[in-house]
Amino acid sequence: MNIMAQAAIIFGVCLVSEGVAALIPVAFPASVIALLLLMLLLFTGALKPEHIRELSGFLVANMAFFFLPSCVGVMEHTPAILGQLAPFLLISFLTTPLVYFVTARTVQFLIRRAKGKGAEKRA
Amino acid sequence: MPDALLSSPFFGLTLSAAAWCFGCWVQKKTGLLLCNPLLIAVALILAGLSVFGIPYETYAIGGDFVKLMLGPVTAVLALNIYNQRTILKENFLPVLAGCLAGSLTSVGSILALCRVFHVDQALTASLLPKSVTTAIAMGIAESHGGVAGIAAAAVMVAGLTGAVFAPLFAKRFRITEPVAEGLAIGACSHALGTTRAMEIGQVQGAMSSIAICVCGIMTSILALFL
Repeated sequence: MNIMAQAAIIFGVCLVSEGVAALIPVAFPASVIALLLLMLLLFTGALKPEHIRELSGFLVANMAFFFLPSCVGVMEHTPAILGQLAPFLLISFLTTPLVYFVTARTVQFLIRRAKGKGAEKRA
Repeated sequence: MPDALLSSPFFGLTLSAAAWCFGCWVQKKTGLLLCNPLLIAVALILAGLSVFGIPYETYAIGGDFVKLMLGPVTAVLALNIYNQRTILKENFLPVLAGCLAGSLTSVGSILALCRVFHVDQALTASLLPKSVTTAIAMGIAESHGGVAGIAAAAVMVAGLTGAVFAPLFAKRFRITEPVAEGLAIGACSHALGTTRAMEIGQVQGAMSSIAICVCGIMTSILALFL
């Protein structure tokens, strides 16, 4: 599909999501609403993968780049953080592997248990 | 003349793209985990701005265009999830259970550590949502009396940690299931970690994208009870 048509679809979904975000009573980011909305469109078949394939591919392939200004923007808040720099860094840094560990082990355990049961059934 | 150049959005755009390419080049040359393109590009831009005494606002004139694209970039992760729908259906329960465990661990461990270090209420509220994607984190932080900017900073630290060290975590914690690996990356380091998950594999990337959504929603709900 034409790349500008793909852009129109993706930007359009983002635009609608901004509207939805403004309507719902709790603070919820438009970008995640857009993700859910796009998933809904794809799963219902209203939108075909080829309608957004090339542009999605480009955006996802260069995803980390789009975080660059946000990371640079952190320097704006250094004065506020400096006062409690040690706990800030320690907590932000330490809890990340912990969350990784708990999530990964939970999922791995459940998947292996399910696989084990499947094997038993087959046997 | 210099002012005209600096106040043009092309200044921030050029700087971002060039610094990014340099970061990718260094990563390719060294092959080191710590030479993450994003980390290098951020360091380069920060150094450049401070050496020439250019305020962040000047960079942001162009940088904000890039930032604006974070919405569409997050949205199109839907296609990656859709492409992995069979794996998602097969592992529906582990996905939900894993994300719940991850969200609870994140919020719980941050609350506990903040107690231990006698961190004040404002910083605690700002750190609380650090495992979820920036936009959600800022909303949660502010609704609990935190500072959105500090929340964004904590989110970036968590994201970079995940993006840089994800392969190391998998090795150390002996995680071999691609689904478990992907979900864990998304749960601890949101979209920024997902960029790395995408490089590790298709399944990891899609699962990480799912974890962004599910953990984001779960953390928002958990935060309502605090």
